Amino acid sequence: MYTTNAARGLPRHRSRYPAERYTRWALRALVATLVLALLWLVLAFHLNGQWMFALLFLVLGASMAVVFTRRTLMSHRYIFPAVAGLGVFVIFPLLYTIGISFSNYSSSNLLSEDRVRAQLMSRSYQEEGAAFPFSLHREGELVRLYLEAEASSELDEAMAGARRFVSAPLNLANEEARTIDVQPVEAPPQAEPLAMREVIAARGALQGLTLVTPEGVELRMAGMRSFAPMLDRYEARDDGSLHDRRDDRVLTPDRETGFFVTDDGERITPGWPVAVGLDNYTRIVADPDIRGPFVQIFVWTFAFAGLTVLFTLIVGFVLASLLQWEQLRGKAIYRTLLILPYAVPAFISILIFKGMFNQHFGEVNMILDSLFGIRPEWFTDPWLARTMLLIVNTWLGYPYMLLLCMGLIQSIPKDLYEASAVDGGGPVTNLLKITLPLILKPLTPLLIACFAFNFNNFVLIALLTGGNPDILGASTPAGTTDLLVSYTYRIAFQDAGQNFGLAAAIATLIFLLVAGMSLLNLRLSKVKV
Amino acid sequence: MAMVQPRSIRARRLGAHLALIGFVSLIVFPLLLVISISFREGNFATGSLIPERFSLEHWALALGIPWERADGSVIQPPFPVLLWLWNSIKVAVVSSFLIVLLATTSAYAFARMRFKGKEPLLKGMLIFQMFPAVLSLVALYALFDRLGQLVPWLGINTHGALIVASLGAVALHIWTIKGYFESIDGSLEEAAMVDGASTWQAFRYILLPLSVPILMVVFILAFVMSIMEYPMASVLLVDEHKLTLAVGAQQYLADHNQRWGNFAAAAVLSGLPITAAFLICQRWIIGGLTAGGVKG
Repeated sequence: MYTTNAARGLPRHRSRYPAERYTRWALRALVATLVLALLWLVLAFHLNGQWMFALLFLVLGASMAVVFTRRTLMSHRYIFPAVAGLGVFVIFPLLYTIGISFSNYSSSNLLSEDRVRAQLMSRSYQEEGAAFPFSLHREGELVRLYLEAEASSELDEAMAGARRFVSAPLNLANEEARTIDVQPVEAPPQAEPLAMREVIAARGALQGLTLVTPEGVELRMAGMRSFAPMLDRYEARDDGSLHDRRDDRVLTPDRETGFFVTDDGERITPGWPVAVGLDNYTRIVADPDIRGPFVQIFVWTFAFAGLTVLFTLIVGFVLASLLQWEQLRGKAIYRTLLILPYAVPAFISILIFKGMFNQHFGEVNMILDSLFGIRPEWFTDPWLARTMLLIVNTWLGYPYMLLLCMGLIQSIPKDLYEASAVDGGGPVTNLLKITLPLILKPLTPLLIACFAFNFNNFVLIALLTGGNPDILGASTPAGTTDLLVSYTYRIAFQDAGQNFGLAAAIATLIFLLVAGMSLLNLRLSKVKV
Repeated sequence: MAMVQPRSIRARRLGAHLALIGFVSLIVFPLLLVISISFREGNFATGSLIPERFSLEHWALALGIPWERADGSVIQPPFPVLLWLWNSIKVAVVSSFLIVLLATTSAYAFARMRFKGKEPLLKGMLIFQMFPAVLSLVALYALFDRLGQLVPWLGINTHGALIVASLGAVALHIWTIKGYFESIDGSLEEAAMVDGASTWQAFRYILLPLSVPILMVVFILAFVMSIMEYPMASVLLVDEHKLTLAVGAQQYLADHNQRWGNFAAAAVLSGLPITAAFLICQRWIIGGLTAGGVKG
């Protein structure tokens, strides 16, 4: 075999041709820019506290810098982009998924602890105990708002002792949300306060108002008679806990569960993701509401993939044997028509079947009704739904087997059949003693690949049944036709609870299975590198 | 040719033809049905394969033209099918182009050069390409979510993210191109390098022009795979006007409101070009697919 060391091929010296020199410099500049851009990403992710991503781009940027500066790694420059793509979009997500499976990452534990703290600190509440009854006083076309505190309260300090406030004249026809300053005064305005009827009429405008005292305390409307101050609900303490001023209790961060908890154990959402060890895995094994559906889906996934391979192989093999028969004319037309299901985009043909199997207006039930008088409930009965999936998937998948079998049967030497015919062997003998044994061996790795593909046939399930009908009594979204992949997808993206940790744990189990199949495949097919 | 032939060959031939014709009509029925439905009036029309009440309503709607019914009511197109098709084609063209670019350079190195880590890399690629992207969706979503905060055109709900994410699936194509490169004799490049060409020049001016056919095949293959890609697009794209066809098309058959007729027209409109392209290039595509052992 012909090989070369790429480093030897490139001239070391400064090129004589200006165009080549400029190209070389342009390439160097491009690589340098890319490396700098990656390092900027590293810094940005690091500052955001997302060390996994920072590490990813650090590795990427560093390896890029090394590969493109060292002459001994010249050959690696050619493969770097593809390997980087594989690393960032296949291997990193895989590792990240495995990492998530040991955490409680979910829609309730999504943000980092700092962000959760910041979000809680920005919450405010209305201190209704320190309400300011208000009245409206007309002044020409406009209206002044006058506030007077009922009694002394703990807020007196924050208000610098002021108890009476008045606003500038306002136009109450304006209902937009706005912020308005109020000034302390000694006495109420001269004009008579407006009647309750008019206050109610101005309700829309009043609700949009935020009043700010000179000391910066915000007041908002609290009922038809008073405004009340908006205060920061939580106050940070030095030991990391938060003081809840409204309910007067202390929230301590619980780094085991990723929530702030009160003394009586109440969890305050949102939380942040924390490592939970093997919890997600033990839940799959121990929690009966998860284990039951999981086992059921697991068995169905294997059955689905196995039966699909079996059915498509039988159909494909029979058709291939027929099409190999020399006496048959019009093979090309048959072949083209037979691989049509393969040529139509799967997402279209699956949806066509979804319409055809519709229980009320679908053509399948119409034909069955007129022939046998039955209307099977394809989408509500679990066994019928599974049957439908297998029918559709056989339709989708047999052309692949047909093509494989045709290729393999063609490569069997014809004189074997001649010899068999001379010895009086019939078609059955030919099939069992010659054809099958000779094609089964090269077919095995492809069958495994086909099994693995259907094991993870997400598109079919997602588009045809969506996993329905549901398994009763499951605590996660689980359907009787769900495969493991679509089950993981639904746990992660469909449910309101979006439990990424649990989904990642199941995904990790599937990774192991796929890796097993893939290694087996590699061994059986004896790939030459 | 077979020398020894059993008797009753005509009966068996007839039987084979009948069986094949029966099977083919069963297989083709759904496809013919959809074409027929796309010309029927209304969304739940039933009838024979040749429509009794011919109507172009669904086709007009699929092409984005409002349709006026006989009773004077005007129906607006329910979904922007042409926009979805355009999105799909845009994403597929750009990502296939990038995939060919990446796969070609790496395949060249794998086919012609000797370097450290070559064998494990090649085998690793074969193993990793079997892992379905659906399982890593959480991680990919998180990755693009965070990236999008720093680089807006790579965030969730952008086509950039979808294109970039498709670059992970180059392994299969590297193997295809590598196989082709290995079938070309290396002496031409050797001669060029003796005459002073660099490795890159030998690759660019000697090997590449010889490999245009396989590059076309890989391009078409990557194009078809990208058009059919569903899981990643369903998570990364959100807005209706950003969707690709594979994600958008299912909205016609939502559980509560099935627009069977409108779907049929949209399906034929968008499926026909892809099917035709597949059939025209079937010889090369099938070679590539059966070698890799998967169909996306």
